[in-house]
Amino acid sequence: MRWGLTLVFALTLCMPLAAGAADDVGRVKVAKGSVVIERGGARLPATVGLRLQQGDVIATGRDGSAGVTFNDDTLLSVGPDTVLSVDRFAFDSTTHAGRFDTSLRQGTLSAVSGKIAKQSPDAMKVRTPSTILGVRGTEFVVRVAPVSP
Amino acid sequence: MRRALVVLLMLTAGCAATPKVVTKPVDEMVVLLPAPDGKVGALSVTHAGHERTLGAPYATTRLQEQGKLVDGGSLTPEQVKQTFADALGAQPPRPVTFLLYFLGDSDEFTPESKQELPKILQEIAGRPAPEIVVVGHTDRVGTVAYNDALSLRRAERVRAQLVDIGIANEQMRVAGRGERAPLVPTADEVAEPRNRRVEITVR
Repeated sequence: MRWGLTLVFALTLCMPLAAGAADDVGRVKVAKGSVVIERGGARLPATVGLRLQQGDVIATGRDGSAGVTFNDDTLLSVGPDTVLSVDRFAFDSTTHAGRFDTSLRQGTLSAVSGKIAKQSPDAMKVRTPSTILGVRGTEFVVRVAPVSP
Repeated sequence: MRRALVVLLMLTAGCAATPKVVTKPVDEMVVLLPAPDGKVGALSVTHAGHERTLGAPYATTRLQEQGKLVDGGSLTPEQVKQTFADALGAQPPRPVTFLLYFLGDSDEFTPESKQELPKILQEIAGRPAPEIVVVGHTDRVGTVAYNDALSLRRAERVRAQLVDIGIANEQMRVAGRGERAPLVPTADEVAEPRNRRVEITVR
């Protein structure tokens, strides 16, 4: 029993490490107007150079836009009134195997896929409130417009 | 009283899940774009078990009512520029890759590769929060594991050389791809100098 607990604890410790060295997944390269990164309960102002982590949410205001380069060379940028969450990012820089899941909850997104999508066509997904996009090495734009009920 | 409220809440939640589908208004649009060199990839769009694949430049799919994924035809490049002006305008600069070769088995760059170094510095200087990724490659002589280690050592040596010419160590990452990504495909165990290289990506 005690061994079991120790094992679980050890595995828990390993998990963040397995997500990647220094656990940053990308960097903010462009930030215009009001842009915040929601991390845990905190709201960090998005400045150029800020390192993103898995789980971060990028949120822009009416005058905001932002661009991020991820560790596999994927480029994602968002327009105003946008909420984009980085749900999962794992990238092996030796084999290029990985997983990249993001969710566009509202607003506009432009994407240029990188090495993860190039290596395995099903490894990069963008979710919107109603659809799932499977990225097969390409560039695209997505809009989730607010709809009045 | 509180228990009654909980039961009421549960019933309400149950109602929402009854077979009668409430059509929530949605307005979603996806447009496939060509790369700057004109090449187009593919994108699958899945909604409620239906899948459409976009494969042509500016091909568009729209979802304006739950349950209906419709062919949006093709947006014009001008319509895309208009609708996505801010998102496209915030796109980070595209990564640029340089190839460096060594003289024989030495640590010394070939004369051509030496000439690339100022261009790399220039590229770094023009970018916001620049990062430099140094990736080593080998030919197919030796085992995969041996070449993984060799390519990483090669990348580490180049990292040290880049520090010497003034690139900040903390801006750099190194990786070894081993024999996985040959520039010139060969059979296993074939010596091929063109595959013994280091790629520097500035992003």
